[in-house]
Formats: sequence, C-alpha cells, structure tokens
Amino acid sequence: MQTNVTTKRDMTFSQLRGDSTQVDHSELRTKIQIRNLDFYYGSFQGLKKINLDIREGMVTAFIGPSGCGKSTLLRTLNRMYDLYPGQRATGEILLNGHNMLDQGQDVNALRAKVGMVFQKPTPFPMSIYENIAFGVRLYDSLSRADMDNRVEWALRKAALWDEVKDKLNQSGLSLSGGQQQRLCIARGVAVKPEVLLLDEPTSALDPISTAKVEELVHELKSEYTIAIVTHNMQQAARVSDYTAYMYLGELVEFGLTDEIFIKPKRKETEDYITGRFG
Amino acid sequence: MSNSAALYAKRVRTNRLALFLSLVAMGVGMAFLAWILIVLLIKGFGALSISLFTMSTPAPGSDGGLYNAILGSAMMVGASTFIATPIGILAGIYLSEYGRSGWLAPATRFINDILLSAPSIVIGVFIYAMYVAQVQHFSGWAGSLALTLIAIPVVVRTTENMLNLVPGSLREAAAALGAPRWKIVISVVLRAAKAGVLTGILLAVARVSGETAPLLFTALNNQFTSYDMNAPMANLPVVIFQFAMSPYENWNSLAWGGAIIITFGVLCLNILVRIMFRKKI
Repeated sequence: MQTNVTTKRDMTFSQLRGDSTQVDHSELRTKIQIRNLDFYYGSFQGLKKINLDIREGMVTAFIGPSGCGKSTLLRTLNRMYDLYPGQRATGEILLNGHNMLDQGQDVNALRAKVGMVFQKPTPFPMSIYENIAFGVRLYDSLSRADMDNRVEWALRKAALWDEVKDKLNQSGLSLSGGQQQRLCIARGVAVKPEVLLLDEPTSALDPISTAKVEELVHELKSEYTIAIVTHNMQQAARVSDYTAYMYLGELVEFGLTDEIFIKPKRKETEDYITGRFG
Repeated sequence: MSNSAALYAKRVRTNRLALFLSLVAMGVGMAFLAWILIVLLIKGFGALSISLFTMSTPAPGSDGGLYNAILGSAMMVGASTFIATPIGILAGIYLSEYGRSGWLAPATRFINDILLSAPSIVIGVFIYAMYVAQVQHFSGWAGSLALTLIAIPVVVRTTENMLNLVPGSLREAAAALGAPRWKIVISVVLRAAKAGVLTGILLAVARVSGETAPLLFTALNNQFTSYDMNAPMANLPVVIFQFAMSPYENWNSLAWGGAIIITFGVLCLNILVRIMFRKKI
C-alpha cells in the first residue's frame, strides 16, 4: 500500500531541520559578496580567487579538510587578519554593497557589524554581566535599566538566561565549557551585529552543549546572517542552508546544502562528504 | 619479559635519583632561608620595642629608635614605586602589545635587560653625577630617583612576560566585538594578567627596599627626623650598614631591628596586597 506520507528517508535536509516555509532562494538578498578574493600569509597564498555570495538571513557552512582555508575565509569577513602584520587580502568583499577591504574602512565599526564566535570559549576575566555589557558599551551608551534589559535579552537569545540569572555577578570563567561558549554567543549577539561568524563553535563542546548551540543557530538565523565553519559534516547538514566545500585554498563547490549533500556536482565534493577523501 | 622488568627497575631508580637530587636542592635553599630568618629573629627580637618605631636614631650609648629611617625608607620607596609603576606598566604594554614589528621594541627590550642586571652602585653613581653633583646636595628625591631606575626594569620585564601569557584568542575575541586596541589592552588583557603584573610591582618594591649602594650616593643619611624630600634623608639600609659596622652595642642592636623591619615589612606588604587584590572575579 503506497501512502502519500513522506518517510524520513525522502525528506530534504531543509524539511528535517523543520524549516517552516519553503524559501524561494532566488528572491533572497545577498548580504556579502566575495569577488576574486586572494589571501596571503606573508608569501604563502591561503585563499585563491574566491567568489561567493552569502545570502541574508541564511546559514552558510564552510566545510573541507584541515588547512583548506575555511577559517581563513571566515576571518577575512571581519578583517580579523588585520591584527597580524604580514597577512593581507586582495579582491573585494562587499558588505551591503560596500567593499570592506577598502583602506578607509573603519575596522572596529566593521567588526561591530560582523560579530564572531571562536572555536574555544573565550570569556573575558570579568563577571557574566560585564562580559555582555563590554561589547554593548563600545557603541551604545545605555541607562542602567536598558543595559540590564539588553543583557537579559542577549542571554535569553543564547539560551543561557535560566542557568545564570541568579549569578550574573560571578566570573564568566566559573561557567562550564558549554555555558562559556553560549556566553560568548550572547556577547556576540548583544551588540546586534548584522552578520555572525562562527568558527567551529562546537568543536570543544560535549554533545548536549553542541545540540544547544545548533538549536541556537537555527533560532538566530531569522534575524542574523550566519556563516559557520565546521569539521563536522552532519553539523553542516543539520544547521546550514548553503554549503561551500573548500580544498587547498580554493572553493570547489558552493550551493544549497540539500544539493551539495545529496547530489554534489563535483567528484571531489562527493568523495569528501562520503568519507572517501584521500 | 625480563628485559622490560629490568627497564622498569631502571626507571624507578632514575626517578628516585631525580627526586632525591631535587629534594636536596630544595632542602639547601630552604635551610639557608630558615637560617637567615632564625638568626634575624634571635638577634633582632631583643631590639624590637615601641621606641624603635617612635624615636629617631640615637647617639652612641643613648636611647633611640629607627623612626627617621623607617619614615625615610617608606617615603623614598613609596615615591619610587609611584613613579616606576606607571612607566614600567606602560613600557611593558608597549613591548607586549604594540612592538610586534620594527626595531624599537627589541632595542628597548635589550636595554631594559641590561638595566635589569646593572649593578645598583652604578645607578647610584649615575644619579650622583647627574643630579646630586648638579644641585650640590644629597636629597630624598635623588634617592627616590635612583630607586626608580632600579624598579622600572623589573616592572617592565614582569609586565611584558605576564601580558605575553594572556592567550591571543582573548585579544581576538575582544577585537571581534569592535573594541579598539587600547580598550582591548586595558579592559581585557591587563585585567587577565592583573595578578602577575601586581607580583612584578611587589618584586620591585622588595628589591628596592633593601638597596643600600645607590642610597649612599644619593639620599645619604640623616640623624634626625626629616619630612623634606629635598634634604638628605635617613633610610633603613644605610642605617643598618652604618650601625652594623659600628663598635657600639646599642647601634648594633638597632641594626638587627632594622633588618627585621625590612624583612617583615616586605612580607606584610606582600600579604596585604594579595588580600586586597584577591580574585574578586
């Protein structure tokens, strides 16, 4: 007897994730356009002619083997490499149509718009409250009450509020690893950036914390554009709408996650995804 | 099987030997420290009295204390700490946070290391030639200046080392929020290294409190109580030096008392500051 109910086997990743409505991807606005991006660590070329569009309100995952340049690419998107002499990028990265690689770009203002969460939790040596307020104070002068609200709002967004609401004055370092990472996400969200970059945000976390962070990514994408680097292919499939597969500094394939994981166009992508790589 | 048993026995022997040697080394070090403290307590305990802290240095054979020397030492060490701390911390910040490229930071680091190991008497002579000889009199300020020159490199060195220990990921995390460089350094990096930087300052205070040679050329000594930093100033190390070498018994006893005051003064300061700055966060 054939029924019309789709079994789990036949569902797309998008349906598995529980995306409520089918998105018409051709209608989406492009948040970040990367054009002919080359990146150099001194004389070593880390990225080669990258061209990529990151869509607004979507999650884009960068996958690939170690050293393929996925973290490097992520770190160009908020010009984190500027901290290190000898690292430079050429080409164009347009955020809302403006090239952020321009000499005149105010890097601090850019980073306030493009937040980042790192692989290892990095709470500042201050209280949980101050950890959140630190970033907010850089660009907003809020009253005490407004700041309290903002801190609560950010902690709720990061699904951490219930666990820390009674100990906001304790050190951020007193939290567990998973809580610290969610604190860092809350800190990034609190400054209300337009884009959130996640650099292997769950690689140091246990499965339960990982699941919480993944849920969070799903929650946050309605308001933020998210780019995530991950070593975990299941994670990429679970959380992202678009996936970019990179290898040796080049973008091998980029497209909808469903297509990349179900019917990749390139043999290399298929080999990597199915674990037949190398 | 027998081979691995022999290997195991050898490892156990090596381990025992290494443990024994390190325990001996520790024992020797601790024994001398304990010896010094015990001698200090036995000889100096008799000199401890109220008048030690209230009366000025006496003439041979008459009653007196070390009030003027304690006061002078406290004022000069205090002034030099006050001057050396901001300079040392700022220079340490420059070396660790800003001097990543270029020639200035390595040059500064090299000169600082030389200054760190410079004999303190050289510093004393330098201040004598550059300041005391110019104004034609010894003074508390000259003493403070000499002590400052000794304290600065200590603070610079420890501050730089402690800031270098702060992981780069913390700096990146603050930068990722859009924080400007100075804000990252002051609010995050310096805060993370607070305990270590503080230790550096205390190390400098301890070092400077016992310096005698540079004060001989600069602050000299003063028999009377003086609050004037522009005049010769009494201080514990020089008083100990003079009194310990004198043939008078009451002076010798005061010298022991002074030695106790320096030793335990530095110890108490250490404990006090650590309690005050104990990890609140």
